[in-house]
Amino acid sequence: MSAPTTDRMTRLLALLPYLEARPGGVLLADAARDFAITEAQLQKDLELLWVCGLPGHGPGDLVDLSFEGDRVRVTDTAGLVRPLRLATDEAVALVVALRALLELPGLAETDAVSRALVKVSAAAGEPVDLAGAVTVSIDAREQTLAVVRQALQAHRALHLHYYVPSRDQRTERTVDPMRLLLVDGHWYLEAWCRLAVGTRLFRLDRVDDVAVLDEPSAPPEQAQPRDLDDGLYQPGADQPLVRLRLDRSARWVADYFPVEEVVAVDDPPGGLAVSVRTADPAWARRLVASLGGAARVDDPPELADEIAADARAALLRYSD
Amino acid sequence: MSAKRAERLVNLVFALLGTRQFVTAERIRSTVPGYEQADGTERADEAFKRMFERDKTDLRELGVPLETGRTSMFDTDDGYRIARSAYELPEITLTGDEAAAVGLALRLWQSAQLGGAAQGALVKLRAAGVDVDGAGALPLQPRLDGGEPAFDACYTAARDRRLLTFTYTRPDEDTGVRRRVHPWGVVSWHGRWYLVGHDLDRDGTRVFRLSRVTGTARAAGPSDAFTPPDDLDLAAVVARQVGRPEHVAVLLVRPGTAVGLRRRAADLGPAPDGDDRLELRTTELWALADEIAAHGPDVLVESPPELRSAVVERLTRLAASA
Repeated sequence: MSAPTTDRMTRLLALLPYLEARPGGVLLADAARDFAITEAQLQKDLELLWVCGLPGHGPGDLVDLSFEGDRVRVTDTAGLVRPLRLATDEAVALVVALRALLELPGLAETDAVSRALVKVSAAAGEPVDLAGAVTVSIDAREQTLAVVRQALQAHRALHLHYYVPSRDQRTERTVDPMRLLLVDGHWYLEAWCRLAVGTRLFRLDRVDDVAVLDEPSAPPEQAQPRDLDDGLYQPGADQPLVRLRLDRSARWVADYFPVEEVVAVDDPPGGLAVSVRTADPAWARRLVASLGGAARVDDPPELADEIAADARAALLRYSD
Repeated sequence: MSAKRAERLVNLVFALLGTRQFVTAERIRSTVPGYEQADGTERADEAFKRMFERDKTDLRELGVPLETGRTSMFDTDDGYRIARSAYELPEITLTGDEAAAVGLALRLWQSAQLGGAAQGALVKLRAAGVDVDGAGALPLQPRLDGGEPAFDACYTAARDRRLLTFTYTRPDEDTGVRRRVHPWGVVSWHGRWYLVGHDLDRDGTRVFRLSRVTGTARAAGPSDAFTPPDDLDLAAVVARQVGRPEHVAVLLVRPGTAVGLRRRAADLGPAPDGDDRLELRTTELWALADEIAAHGPDVLVESPPELRSAVVERLTRLAASA
């Protein structure tokens, strides 16, 4: 079965129990939201169910719904009163995620997560044994995460002491929190930064100190969450280009950073020529130097000179 | 899916859930709306058979526990029924904070496979009367399983315990190597996804970075083809293979520089020449050497000697590169 077919069948079998569990009736808009579908789709689903029922389709065998204005209520479920058991993947998704939350004490109340895990495992039955097929182990600075979560829930501004690795600097700033992101095992706060006057991502393990302020969080209208499908770092097209030549051992750089114009080259053998856009020359300098000779700067030439001069100065200290 | 097919499947569930007797295919054909009726031709019989087979497969795929059997010894054909106790989600009531935890947990998945499954679980819990707040008060976009094209194939093969074959390419290799693995499970460890399993060709436990699985990973052969070790701890296997012993390094750092290193270091007090002596622990000695070399003359390695020579080696290459 295709994914949309599975989704619709799961929904059709769940709708009557959903209404049965809410005997006072449900607003159509609320039901549509709970099933993550449009009201038009919900109408179609209900109309389909309305003509279903037990064989014979005599009086009392058919599903019966009653509509009062924009509310719907079920008056006869034709015997479909409970949802279907959790499928294996559903149980795995639920149990593994709850276990992951236990490792993220700053994000949810640990006690509530433990209790939910016990109840959900009992309701899921056997498929829980298969949850061993996926494990999530996360490092978290629970304290920072808890404070940031608190600010987001209370809609308050935050004061951050934040380490900026590209400049190797400690900074202090006030931000208006927008949302929390978990990307590749790292937590980020997306916020409007009043110092930079722009939307910025702050990696939580680089936050040295954080305090919730009394003033409300007020991101201005132009503060838009960024679309992460293009990666976390999205350099502007107007930023200067740095051209690098990567050794075979440094080719991972092309996967890790947003690079333009990737060309395979013979010098060095198996190497790549790439261009990276950055507004921050210090970042490029640090990147190339940290590659320890596995990347050469083709352009700008002064960047190559600076890196070599730094290295010579350092070597002098070792020969003392 | 056509509305007709959906309607037929829903009616089939009603019919089989509403009986304690096994119902034969012929009886289903004549009482459940939507099936090709018998008209004495073989064509109609064939069409019904095909349709019914497909419907049974669909229901089983949805997780509907379809039973086959005979009600009495006089029955000549097998029949079908759905046992209510096996079909129905057991009673579950969650307090407000438990429901909030579940709502949050279900938003952790992003892949087609587990993201779709999380939505299915959410729908069922709501249908069981649990008010799970999926949107949540917390603006949060977690991606536990984002951006790994091989995730679904590896997870599914581990779940079904099927042989998995894929091409594995290390970053310093031009072409990948074909691997045949009994996949025990996928694990996210320190923000990276790994596949853990038994490599058939190397006859040993191996750990694979999912991001290095290139080409399409394919499951082959029957389900339940192997049994993972009883006391399997995926994260521990990865930690053993990927993690390394801890090293203690002592660095001499010029005052006011190398802020990033200082954040992780213990201050041992000033050195005679005015530098700060710092102690740093790491499991990644070569990564630390990369980082130190990037600080140029601001950071000097005092010990251990292998870190010192690794940094000198890097600096020598850098000095020659312009």
